[in-house]
Amino acid sequence: MLDAASGPGRRKLVEVDGLKMYFPITAGIFRTRVGDVKAVDDVTFDIYEGETLGLVGESGCGKSTCGRAVLRLYTPTAGSVRIDGREIATLDQKDLRGLRPTMQMVFQDPQASLNPRMTVAAIIGEPLSEHTDLTRAEKLARIYELMDAVGLNRNFANRYPHEFSGGQRQRIGIARALALNPKFIVCDEPIAALDVSIQAQVVNLLEELQDRLGLTYLFISHDLSMVRHIADRVAVMYLGRIVELAPRDALYQQPLHPYTQALLSAVPEPDPEVETERRRIILTGDVPSPSNPPMGCNFCTRCPRVMDLCRREKPAFRELAPGHMAACHLYNDTNETVGPATATEASQSIQQGE
Amino acid sequence: MPDGAMPVLDVRDLKTVFRTRGGEVHAVNSVSFDLKPGELLGVVGESGSGKSVTMMSLVGLLPSPPADVRAGEVRFGGADLLQCTPDHLRSVRGAEIGFIFQDPMTSLNPVFTIGAQIMEPLRKHMGLSKSAARDRARELLELVGISDAGRRLGDYPHQFSGGMRQRVMIAIALACDPKVLIADEPTTALDVTIQAQILELVRDLRQKLGMAIVWITHDLGVIAGIADRVIVMYGGQIVEQAAVKDLFARPRHPYTRALLKTVPSVRGTREAKLNVIEGQPPILLNAPAACSFADRCPHVFDRCRRENPLRRSVAPGHDVACFWSPEDGAAHA
Repeated sequence: MLDAASGPGRRKLVEVDGLKMYFPITAGIFRTRVGDVKAVDDVTFDIYEGETLGLVGESGCGKSTCGRAVLRLYTPTAGSVRIDGREIATLDQKDLRGLRPTMQMVFQDPQASLNPRMTVAAIIGEPLSEHTDLTRAEKLARIYELMDAVGLNRNFANRYPHEFSGGQRQRIGIARALALNPKFIVCDEPIAALDVSIQAQVVNLLEELQDRLGLTYLFISHDLSMVRHIADRVAVMYLGRIVELAPRDALYQQPLHPYTQALLSAVPEPDPEVETERRRIILTGDVPSPSNPPMGCNFCTRCPRVMDLCRREKPAFRELAPGHMAACHLYNDTNETVGPATATEASQSIQQGE
Repeated sequence: MPDGAMPVLDVRDLKTVFRTRGGEVHAVNSVSFDLKPGELLGVVGESGSGKSVTMMSLVGLLPSPPADVRAGEVRFGGADLLQCTPDHLRSVRGAEIGFIFQDPMTSLNPVFTIGAQIMEPLRKHMGLSKSAARDRARELLELVGISDAGRRLGDYPHQFSGGMRQRVMIAIALACDPKVLIADEPTTALDVTIQAQILELVRDLRQKLGMAIVWITHDLGVIAGIADRVIVMYGGQIVEQAAVKDLFARPRHPYTRALLKTVPSVRGTREAKLNVIEGQPPILLNAPAACSFADRCPHVFDRCRRENPLRRSVAPGHDVACFWSPEDGAAHA
């Protein structure tokens, strides 16, 4: 994994600008459009070549929709998505098909994303049949190569998905995603359905493959501790918008947005000594509906530090420290950059006792 | 945790098998544990380790066939629950032992109002009149932190969010003042900020009501923050049992040690590479004749494959089912 901050000079592989993905709400027999579910609402980020961008948030925040829209599995409502320099948000299906091999996806549920009637060899070989002219023998050789790469026994090539455990099924899904030598892979909650001891195996595999093949990942997850492990930079989503985006260490050690602070504080620590002492920020209430987001800042209904301004005006998503972006009015007075001291102060002042 | 107090629940040598076409699955093998009054006992293990099946066996919640509770004794309130009549069991469930399940979406009935569902156990088990039950239901909703409780009694489950539904489930489980509350992965389906709310609520309710709780989870972070004592299950057996601080500070069983190392943290130092437990969990088609962790254990030796280790005490209140000892690294009698 590339640990260095994604400084200038590194090439941007994925550029997402002002991406919006609205789903219409219809009513009546004429299916009149009465509103929109704003699943992704004006999201902008880049992913550098060879890095892993973690995309975290709670269920319903739009992170999966965002991942799918970036791969054009949905046609975005607005905005631009450039992958390897090509604009794909508006491309027609025929041209898009030609670009599919460069961008692949690993799905959350290895049970549902593998066809139960196909053998492992057929599943991994399908993209090869669709996009290449390999002969049967070449294809089989490639399938074996892929199975080796993800740690599956070649002798299992003719077995069916139900004969495998969850972790092994996820390996099949990864092998399929790798078949066409992609540059960019969206991993949509790839470990959420797995047991803890198996999660680590899959994460290590993804990291190994990244080192070996120079892959770029968008790693979508609600598991903040796993994202801290795998990601170089992390974006936090809330109600369809990115509220904070920063290099990994900056985000975990010095979160600026009150939502990020609350989210990190809510993760329990696997250490009873720390847990009894630790002060937590407990958010009240629930996430509002994305069909009717609040005026101003999306987080204003739950924010422990809400101000009048937050209810009126949508905060701009701007750079507060080098590479550290956040959308929050709390930092309006600070000119351009926030020093470490200010940030720590900010996070301390909202700590509440138990 | 009051030491030496009479346990409210005492389970000895519980064995549960499932009869399937592929043979018998030994889901729970000789599980023994007890629960002291007012204590919160955490049960950790991966899926298939037998933690839920154990708890459901206690109160006859498993359909039989295929399940068969083959042996054991469950002492609760002076009787052995495994020998009770179905009628008696029904009066225990819901009244004296409350249950909270993982998925608040499917464990509430979508066609009845929340009020009706909270009032049902009150009317059935405590014989309250309709209006008394209604008052008590409103109190319960307030207790679990639902505002405007009186009006919300008339709402249906789909009108509540996931976290709110789990609060309703807790209200139902607490309705008849149970002595024991069994919570089966109650926060697994919830988002982390909502999980934090529910954990806070449970800490608060324990102070107010003082019932004993069994909390099943696979999340070591949750256990660290809430449990007094922990049992670790693997392959249908209890492999380690200790007070929560002991378990995290001095884990003895190789499985517990490995499990604690695989979980990354959002705080503290970040490991460059995650530790893994190689291999897969066991398939429980045979009654264990060897240690079920032997195939994945870094400290395995001959004896582990010949004999199933019994739980032995290694420190006060701390016992472990393993031949290996972390101090000398050598085999133990």
